[in-house]
Amino acid sequence: MTALDKIQIRGLKLRIGGNEVLKGIDLGIRRNAVTGFMGPSGSGKSSLISIMNRMIDFEENVEISGDVLINGKSILGRDVNVTSLRRMVGTVFAVPLPLPRSIFENIAYGPLLKGTTDRDELHEIVVESLKKAVLFEEVRDRLHTSGMKLSGGQQQRLCLARTLALKPEIILLDEPCSGLDPISTAKIEEALFELKKEYTIVLVSNNTKQIARATDHAAFFLMGELLESGATSAMFTNPVNQRTSDYIEGKFG
Amino acid sequence: MNDNRAILKDRVVRVLLAGFAVSSILFLFLIFAFIFIEGLPLFYKAGVGKIILGMKWAPTRGHFGIFPMIVSSFMVTVGALVIGGPIGLACATYLAEYAGRKRKLFLKPALELLAGIPSVVYGFLGVIYIVPVVRTVFGGSGFSLLATSIVLGVMIMPTVISISYDSLMSVPRSYREGSFAMGATKWQTVFRVVIPAARSGILAGFILGMGRAIGETMAVIMLAGNALKIPAGPLDSLRTLTSNIALELAYASGDHRLGLFSTGIVLLVIIMILNYIANFVIKRKVIR
Amino acid sequence: MRINPRLVDRWSGWSLNVLTWFAVGILAVIVVIIFVKGIANVDLGFILKYPEDMGRHGGIFPSIIGTLLLVALSLVFATPLGIGTAIFLTEYTKETRFTTILRFGVESLAGIPSIIYGLFGFIFFVIKLDMGWSLISGALTMTIMILPTIIRTAEEAIKSVPRNFRMVSFSLGATRWETTIRVVLPSAAPGILTGIMLSVGRAVGETAAVIFTMGSSLRLPTSLMDSGRTMAVHFYILAREGISMGNAYATALVLVASILGINILAYYIMNRVISRYS
Repeated sequence: MTALDKIQIRGLKLRIGGNEVLKGIDLGIRRNAVTGFMGPSGSGKSSLISIMNRMIDFEENVEISGDVLINGKSILGRDVNVTSLRRMVGTVFAVPLPLPRSIFENIAYGPLLKGTTDRDELHEIVVESLKKAVLFEEVRDRLHTSGMKLSGGQQQRLCLARTLALKPEIILLDEPCSGLDPISTAKIEEALFELKKEYTIVLVSNNTKQIARATDHAAFFLMGELLESGATSAMFTNPVNQRTSDYIEGKFG
Repeated sequence: MNDNRAILKDRVVRVLLAGFAVSSILFLFLIFAFIFIEGLPLFYKAGVGKIILGMKWAPTRGHFGIFPMIVSSFMVTVGALVIGGPIGLACATYLAEYAGRKRKLFLKPALELLAGIPSVVYGFLGVIYIVPVVRTVFGGSGFSLLATSIVLGVMIMPTVISISYDSLMSVPRSYREGSFAMGATKWQTVFRVVIPAARSGILAGFILGMGRAIGETMAVIMLAGNALKIPAGPLDSLRTLTSNIALELAYASGDHRLGLFSTGIVLLVIIMILNYIANFVIKRKVIR
Repeated sequence: MRINPRLVDRWSGWSLNVLTWFAVGILAVIVVIIFVKGIANVDLGFILKYPEDMGRHGGIFPSIIGTLLLVALSLVFATPLGIGTAIFLTEYTKETRFTTILRFGVESLAGIPSIIYGLFGFIFFVIKLDMGWSLISGALTMTIMILPTIIRTAEEAIKSVPRNFRMVSFSLGATRWETTIRVVLPSAAPGILTGIMLSVGRAVGETAAVIFTMGSSLRLPTSLMDSGRTMAVHFYILAREGISMGNAYATALVLVASILGINILAYYIMNRVISRYS
């Protein structure tokens, strides 16, 4: 961990209903970069994400110890303003989840709740977010049609635009491309490449090739433990841990 | 700062909604509590046995026997079930197993609309069309157990159909396919496999239909005559627990009024028992 | 002697078919009889005029208004109470003893016959609280009657809104209430609306609970404390006293037409919006 870190995770342990899901994670996440979380299913990657956006609050029987700091401040306390945290930490989920509304209304949802009511301002935000999510050109003339009518890949970019509309500092993407065709996947990765200049991005993926392509740093999780982390290129050419190299080579997963 | 306002609003709303929920409970329990509180004293005063098993109802003279009415209520209910049950089950079976999509789309709502017709209208039409027929064909005044059962049977059909239909539809497809694979005809499959598999739901439907019949008031008042004795046959007039309350409520006072509350308690208890039995029957199936 | 199973099969399928059409036929016969015998007396005058000579002549205007007022007032009480309770049960609490008791209460009230409501309303509102036979007594009684149905259908509708929608809303920084009002309720609206309309249909046809609480005054109710008739009560009295067959049928026609209309509207809403959202 360094001063360049946007997010610092210290000694984080998580139990859900008696199961140890995270067994003590120490990790720093660099600002203005894409950090990849990789590892087989069930290793705790998604749970870690849900702590970072405090969506874990909706689970029952949860015990958390350790700490997570964003911009140097803990986000785990009871007095943390969770709603503004969730605006600062945007999330894109694995399954594209447009709300049953128009494209425009989907993206304007967040800003509206935050207090932006001026129609022109909202329009500007919507257009800007769509451009950043590399979706604007495809939907520019049907902003007021239902978001549910888009293709899977478009819906996912819509979800990305939705979080961008809130001007977050961090964007978490939990296996966003699972179930998407290669072209849509490429479009999203293309968007991330531009976005990292402004945002801190965490990308969870089951696909090692995607991690290799799209991330600057990577962290390898296995069964609730962080086995290895570092610069992506270094990890892939010269992994320190044997299991890391086994995973990358596809020997298990 | 919009945030803090929103969070505060959230907390206020939470308390408000909790208040609504508590009010709902209070309203709901109010009715139970009131009926029981008003009606129980008479049970102490006149004796539970004398009321429930008593044969004479003359409340202004201290007789609160409602046994004939209890029996009448049951007979009317059984009669309704005899008429409405099988036909209802037949309809549900046809809808679930035989009818094509288009027919179903029309038939199911149509049958459900039967439930929307008010009981006073059923009673009225029963008086005009069923009672005279009973009178001419079978004799007596026509205002009888038979006439009441016929009309009530029609009235509970929607209940029976709806619940039986749901039960039949929830029988897994594999049961039917397995039966067909063994060379059974459609009817054999329906009769020997599907209906038995759905039997607890169907039974529950019948029981709930009974609950509806026993609580029916307006149609019964118009059709059953008003005789204060146990009906000896289907052509006899009778008075049910519900008619008892409805016919005398307006001018009852003092102990007479308490007697009506006692009638109400008995009615409520019977219906609650029927509801429990129905739920129990369904739960047994789920556990199996 | 064994009967050929294929014969049984055809015969049974045919019988079930016949029985079902027979049942539907009953509905058709009822509707046709009422329509044919009632239409003679139903015209604009019937709907807009006051009854004369105890209902032997004239129209049923006060009863129509009485019905509308009673139902509207009951909805004013029951809808926020019912929907609020449903929201609280599904969105704001976990399954605790409190919610179990509440559910138990709602379920138990489901089967209570209308005469019991009449008994309760009469003694409690009309007499003990000294509200007399009045619109308010009737409405309060009716509210308790339709409350369980509204709570149940609202709860079902709210529960069927996918969890994901809520999660998305939360992840975008919405509070519980904002999520409920902007995402959950709009999606649950058709189901809730259907439940309300079915309650309305029931309330319009209700007699036993109404006649003992709202009374049967022939006057047009103009205030909360006024007594009045609903169409169902008016019809019952016409029929019971044998006042006028023609007008009885006519009243029945208006009554049944209203209820069927409401039910059909409810189906239409339910089906149309289901297709819109899927």
